[in-house]
Amino acid sequence: MRSTDADILATAESWRRAGRGVALATVVETWGSAPRPVGSHLIVDQEGRFLGSVSGGCVEGAVISEAVEVIAGGKPRLLEFGVADETAWQVGLSCGGRIKVYVEPID
Amino acid sequence: MRLDLLSTLNAERAARRAAILITDMASGEQRLVREVEVRDDPLAVELEERLRSGKSGLLEVEGRQLFLTVQAPPVKLVVIGAVHISQALAPMAQGLGLDVTIVDPRTAFASPERFPDVRLLAAWPDEALPRVGLDRYTAMAALTHDPKIDDPALMAALQAGCFYVGALGSKKTHARRVERLTAAGVSATEIGRIHAPIGLDIGAVSPAEIALSILAEVVATLRTDRRPR
Repeated sequence: MRSTDADILATAESWRRAGRGVALATVVETWGSAPRPVGSHLIVDQEGRFLGSVSGGCVEGAVISEAVEVIAGGKPRLLEFGVADETAWQVGLSCGGRIKVYVEPID
Repeated sequence: MRLDLLSTLNAERAARRAAILITDMASGEQRLVREVEVRDDPLAVELEERLRSGKSGLLEVEGRQLFLTVQAPPVKLVVIGAVHISQALAPMAQGLGLDVTIVDPRTAFASPERFPDVRLLAAWPDEALPRVGLDRYTAMAALTHDPKIDDPALMAALQAGCFYVGALGSKKTHARRVERLTAAGVSATEIGRIHAPIGLDIGAVSPAEIALSILAEVVATLRTDRRPR
């Protein structure tokens, strides 16, 4: 099984050891009916290949493109998604919740 | 995250030990606190609470925002008895992400034909349980109705501090079990930790319904009142 958040961390390590650029995204805060709980992980490599989930699909696309930039830039970012940010991000959580996602490179 | 921190975190999980990664949200600075180090950490009280709940989350300390990634080991479910209920219980428990092992010394019951996709130990609990390794992230369901098999398993589970210990049988059966365990030197407090009759009272009739009531009780215990020891 490669579905639990800890399995995802094990995969992040093996990706990095194989020489791939890797970023780890973690849900750090949620408000309202967020689809994935705090602590949920998504990992992304420099090609945009990913594993895991931070929102059950709603904002994954935006997180992945930010993560690819984080891998290139080497600095962590804190992202916030929600209904209010819909126009800014072109994405939103259909459930009406809001989430904060911390994206960091694995060095 | 530094690769060596990630590596340690993964190693702790593989060894079935809890760990907490602390990230300073402003600076990105990180440190890892292993289960054995929690007690001596400046944030001991908060970290112990996190280990109890198993929940990751933000923590404000002296104006700094810290994010705590709590990694608890995967929960094991040890089922004593390769019985009819266990056949329904095993796949449902695996669906919940539990690491399932079935123990039954009776080879007619503990056959791979009856349990195709689950770890099966056809041995007595005294021999099998040390191989399984009971700990406080383990749940045990004793389902054989046979004191020779159930009793030693229950005693081992209580001694190991398993977070959930349940035993199949009516109130009358349990009353006799309490007498036997008391005679064997198990304290009343420890015996009181046994969920018996096993499972939430949802009026379960079929083996699958009983399995559901057992799993609901396991999850409720894990999520609402797990007491680490």
